[in-house]
Amino acid sequence: MNEKPEKLIDKKGLRLDGRKPDELRPVKLEVGVIPNADGSAYIEQGKNRILAGVYGPREVHPKHLALQDRAVLKCRYHMAPFSVQERKSPAPSRREIEISKVIRESLEPSVFTEYYPRTMIDVFIEVLQADGGTRCASITAASLALADAGIPLKDLVVACAAGKADDTIVLDLMDEEDKLGKADVPVALMPSLNGITLLQMDGKLTHEEFETAVNMAIEGCKKIYLMQKEALKAKYMGIKEEAEE
Amino acid sequence: MASVVTRIKRKQIVQLLEKGKRLDGRELTDYRELKIDQGIIERAEGSARVRLGKTEIVVGTKVEMGEPFSDTPNEGVLTVNAELVPLASPKFEAGPPDENSIELARVVDRGIRESKVIDTEKLCIEKGKKVFVVFVDVYVLNHDGNLIDASALAAVAALLNTKMSNYEVEDGEVKLKSGYTQLPIKQHPITVTCAKIGEKLVVDPGLEEEQVMDARLSMAIDDDGDICAIQKGGTGYFTPEQVIEVSKLAKDKAKEMRKKLDW
Amino acid sequence: MPTFYEPKQIVTPGDLLAEGDYLAGENTYVENKVIYSSRLGLVEYDNKKVNVVALKGFYIPRIGDLVIGTVTEVGFNGWTIDINAPYKAFLRPSDVLSRPFKPQKDELSEVLNVGDLVVAKIISYDRSHDPQLTVAEPGLGKVTRGQILKITPTKIPRVIGKKGSMITMIKEETGCQIILGLNGVVLITGKTLEDEQAALVAIRKIEEESHTSGLTDRITQMLKKNKPAEEENKNE
Repeated sequence: MNEKPEKLIDKKGLRLDGRKPDELRPVKLEVGVIPNADGSAYIEQGKNRILAGVYGPREVHPKHLALQDRAVLKCRYHMAPFSVQERKSPAPSRREIEISKVIRESLEPSVFTEYYPRTMIDVFIEVLQADGGTRCASITAASLALADAGIPLKDLVVACAAGKADDTIVLDLMDEEDKLGKADVPVALMPSLNGITLLQMDGKLTHEEFETAVNMAIEGCKKIYLMQKEALKAKYMGIKEEAEE
Repeated sequence: MASVVTRIKRKQIVQLLEKGKRLDGRELTDYRELKIDQGIIERAEGSARVRLGKTEIVVGTKVEMGEPFSDTPNEGVLTVNAELVPLASPKFEAGPPDENSIELARVVDRGIRESKVIDTEKLCIEKGKKVFVVFVDVYVLNHDGNLIDASALAAVAALLNTKMSNYEVEDGEVKLKSGYTQLPIKQHPITVTCAKIGEKLVVDPGLEEEQVMDARLSMAIDDDGDICAIQKGGTGYFTPEQVIEVSKLAKDKAKEMRKKLDW
Repeated sequence: MPTFYEPKQIVTPGDLLAEGDYLAGENTYVENKVIYSSRLGLVEYDNKKVNVVALKGFYIPRIGDLVIGTVTEVGFNGWTIDINAPYKAFLRPSDVLSRPFKPQKDELSEVLNVGDLVVAKIISYDRSHDPQLTVAEPGLGKVTRGQILKITPTKIPRVIGKKGSMITMIKEETGCQIILGLNGVVLITGKTLEDEQAALVAIRKIEEESHTSGLTDRITQMLKKNKPAEEENKNE
């Protein structure tokens, strides 16, 4: 873990974990994992292990923060101290605060907040283990948690990052590629409405490289979107099969 | 918390945009009047004041000696902080940095860091032991929209104005000498922000435009014309086509601005 | 004029349901003349109307609804009631007592205290005001015995069944009185604990399997099967 790899892409064009440049890491999704929460979901993507829970719509505390014409959406992205190589202090870092904000702004376009004035919807994200691309995986899980809570949505929001490792545009960066690569472009998408709700970038990309990365990320998003839908239906399909035998 | 904007105002802005005009008469892709002054705070190692329309930002830099991070022993440290001081807007409250000031600081930081404005290796004094630490403090004095572009410009202008003390290393001890050296600046990134209102994209949104916009997209462009940082903000969304359109606008406007500033 | 799903297929938010000459029904929305689902649920076509019967939802008050709630606060001018909704409900003394009322806190807590259960009706509610309740009608008021269960409110119609077929059957098989609050709270009052439990288990099963077919038969069979077993237990 302490040795920096010389190259991120080998001579055969394969990445450190054997993936091709446009390949996603294995993704596992499960809905309804926290019985107390109104809605919840769990995601594994690569070595990422992330839980999302939703409470609401419920009363706003403190009352003066309530909006008269719609619900307030709040989001807290938090990393467990043991989620990363070097123990992270449990206190919210500036990075977590910024990520909480961009995640909230990626989910809000999908929520019909105007249906529930004077209420609050809380989204809690806990990263149990981090492996690059946590904000994207968090968004994917959080959107499922919102749907699981029965909150009306325009669409599910799904997220995936693309970037540049050595001189290749790659999909779904893992930790080493995130840290040592030349660029990282996380994208969140509402596929039915063709709406990008999160877009960030750090690194250096020409305009052509940027366009390639965005398109690659969108393709990755669409693949994960199908998995999201299956995960939502899974619980009910299972019951249906059993009951109707 | 968003202040309530009357429906009439939003309608007015949208209708003007249909005709290709904005509230203050600007074209959709025009920046407001820009004024940059450097070296306005003597006590700071570097400083700049940017006035973009009525938005006013002051950035002061302080250069101190400190320890490097363990994973980059031969690199100096750059850190950016931003304050949305209460006098700058009726919406700003006193207190620890909130998510807006943290986002602003981190977006400005990314633009500077990813474009490698400073060659941080040149800030190294003694590998693993002593380096220069450059503090960039962004102070928002008046908020009339587009704090990101104005702050980013002010930060680069302040760094261009920043000097570090001359020093010599004697018997393993660092001693200050007389005189200063300018900070070695390699790049001059320019951040361009576009706001989406309905289906229109406007460059350099003013405060009222920000209050009615669906979302904003900021892109930092370096001297080569490449993108080095992007941040989408706001509770709306962009289509992929709009994202590409913004990237083209950002490239053009950054080039224009770079020429004007002679950066 | 196309629709894209068979009736009773499970859909998710953002699924494209219909294009063209259709009406957007429950749990759907329209964008660019296309109807999308806004919730996880089963598609239903009612002539030209496209509905999604949500598999999970929460209760939003409606005027006239019968609800069952718990008193959470006794204030100076009324009681605050938790009706399992994002909004707290309020009950004024004038909607409880049939006589004029003198504002003394002690008196109020003697009528209804924190923790009491009430069956009530919603008399007012809008986007800017929390719901107001009344118990001043026959059949409404404080509940003193029975079992309470909470199910997702969108399943209450399934518990009622077509023309009340399901709920009538459960009442007959268990001999219980069952009040279904539209806010998802159900009150079961039976002669014995076993009878109440049987009804409770049946309703829970309906909630879980509401999206399957043949449910009424399965529930009927389950209730009939458990009855002789109860007699055996009593004889032991």
